Amino acid sequence: MTFMKSLLSAAAATALCAGAALAEPALIFDLGGKFDKSFNEAAFTGAERWVEETGGSFREIELKSEAQREQALRRFAENGNNPIVMTGFAFGNVLSEVAPDYPDTKFTLIDMVVDAPNVRSVVFNEHEGSYLVGMMAAKASKSGTVGFIGGMDIPLIRKFACGYVQGVKAVNPDATVIQNMTGTTPAAWNDPVKGSELTKAQISQGADVVYAAAGGTGVGVLQTAADEGILSIGVDSNQNYMHPGKVLTSMLKRVDNAVYDAMTAGTDIETGIYVMGVANGGIDYALDEFNAPLVDDDMAALVDGAKAEISNGTITVHDYMSDNTCPVE
Amino acid sequence: MDFLTLLQVLDSTIRLATPLLLTCLAGLFSERAGIFDIGLEGKMLAAAFFSAAMAFMTGSVWLGLLAGIAASMALSALHGLASITFRGNQLISGVAINFLASGLTVLIAQAWFHQGGRTPSLIGGARFEQITLPFALGPMDAEAAGLPLSKLIAQAGPLQQIYSEVISGQTILVYFALLCVPATSWLLYRTRFGLRLRAVGENPAAVDTAGVSVVGIRFAAVAICGVLCGLAGAYLATALQAGFVREMSAGRGYIALAALIFAKWRPWYALGATLLFGLLQAVALRFQSIDIAGIPVPVQFMDALPYILTVVILAGFVGKAIPPRAGGEPYVKER
Repeated sequence: MTFMKSLLSAAAATALCAGAALAEPALIFDLGGKFDKSFNEAAFTGAERWVEETGGSFREIELKSEAQREQALRRFAENGNNPIVMTGFAFGNVLSEVAPDYPDTKFTLIDMVVDAPNVRSVVFNEHEGSYLVGMMAAKASKSGTVGFIGGMDIPLIRKFACGYVQGVKAVNPDATVIQNMTGTTPAAWNDPVKGSELTKAQISQGADVVYAAAGGTGVGVLQTAADEGILSIGVDSNQNYMHPGKVLTSMLKRVDNAVYDAMTAGTDIETGIYVMGVANGGIDYALDEFNAPLVDDDMAALVDGAKAEISNGTITVHDYMSDNTCPVE
Repeated sequence: MDFLTLLQVLDSTIRLATPLLLTCLAGLFSERAGIFDIGLEGKMLAAAFFSAAMAFMTGSVWLGLLAGIAASMALSALHGLASITFRGNQLISGVAINFLASGLTVLIAQAWFHQGGRTPSLIGGARFEQITLPFALGPMDAEAAGLPLSKLIAQAGPLQQIYSEVISGQTILVYFALLCVPATSWLLYRTRFGLRLRAVGENPAAVDTAGVSVVGIRFAAVAICGVLCGLAGAYLATALQAGFVREMSAGRGYIALAALIFAKWRPWYALGATLLFGLLQAVALRFQSIDIAGIPVPVQFMDALPYILTVVILAGFVGKAIPPRAGGEPYVKER
């Protein structure tokens, strides 16, 4: 019995030591890959900022297949990494199974809600940001036709599309919005060739501004838009620099802030649902030297006005995911 | 659907079918010589990366093309070594090549360019330009008229529309790919080499008896396969796109394999099959849902249709698809 006790306490001590030594945060990138110039890259930027400011270090993994999701999560949790940050809606199901097994580990999930006492779910009001860039698209369009190209056809991307259409219609009720989704499998996040073809198809239907919410596929969209001399709108990270003067703006989703906050708070992180929107700076549109000539004062005033109105609740942008319908087409 | 929309869909079809066609012909050479090749996807991907990388570093798309072909041929040589010289399992070797290419391209791209498994965007001479054929409306005419090219074409007569929209304005690799079809047909059915190549895939022992090297012919077939896959990869990265993005081949190698079965391992049929698959993709991209006789057909169905058609063909509903008889089997000389 005494032997058992000492063994157990020894084990507990080792566990504690291990926990203390290895309590570095971990970051799991979704299938899009760390440098997708978009969503995952924003997460990486946030983590890098945390490293620069604190001198800490973090563990990371880029997923290669669906099967690795649970494995990676459990590996990090077993390893004592805390908190574990993961990007992407696709972690939802896996995390709701894994989180209860590691009650002492804090998880931060970006883009999806998991109801567990040790999970912080960060969700973004993408519809608000899409609304803003939609207004700019309608303002910049000469033909009255604008396009939307989504990645994989999931409710989240429809949320982008719906917000965008609402923004376009708010400025120009007669505008036409052509909507396309790249595909229905995760390969749709990384198919720039298809992105190009969709852009060409939309251009031939009259679109002169296209908004790409499609991960790596968006690279093809922006490229073709620049080649064909129309404007494009980037997503998640600031993509204005990719084709200076050809990218109207980018819908910024401050995933970097979400990751930075999670890593800074460390194990004391607040759990529950945390919404980042226009009101608290979690969502914005990009304005820098690359797109300044495209955004005139009129347009900027319009969008900044809308930002203020969304923040104080005068404008409510419909969220597609709240009822899976969109009031406008 | 008006006439111009139809032409735009056909234009898109040609762009989408070209990589499929080149890869399909690549598979045709290899499989007709008795070497199954699952690794088409990997070779295309490797070629896409190396062509983009070389084109970026030298600023010349032609050097890029050569680098892409070289990379693809290196993987072909590996496949040949494993499956011809060492008589390994051809399917496993092909799958290994796919994994190798998928991982290696991202790894090298990250080491060279530090942009997370992609190459920087190609500009100017590092990309294949669209060729405007004589008498066709091109960017120059559009500039002179002060109108976008699409508007200018819309105003032209129907013949000029077909010529300018579909036939002209493609990159040189498209025309080359189309020329490859009669060339392949001639090589396979009209030359001594072609006869031997087909015989090696049907009955290698007979070829051996005639005093022709089975190994030599098979390696030659695999090398041609490498060249064609290299062209397909370079087309993706330097003509359709301006750079390499990881996994950018996005399963086109597998669709090409399906097209090969659909075409029953024949060159002209391969052209038909790849154009059909390209058309299905183009239609799916252009229209998010299509009404056929009042029934809405979802776009997912259009995406799946190439595979469904292949299964139908394999099941023997529309003629029987008989693969080369000695396909997949390493040749062992009798003692």
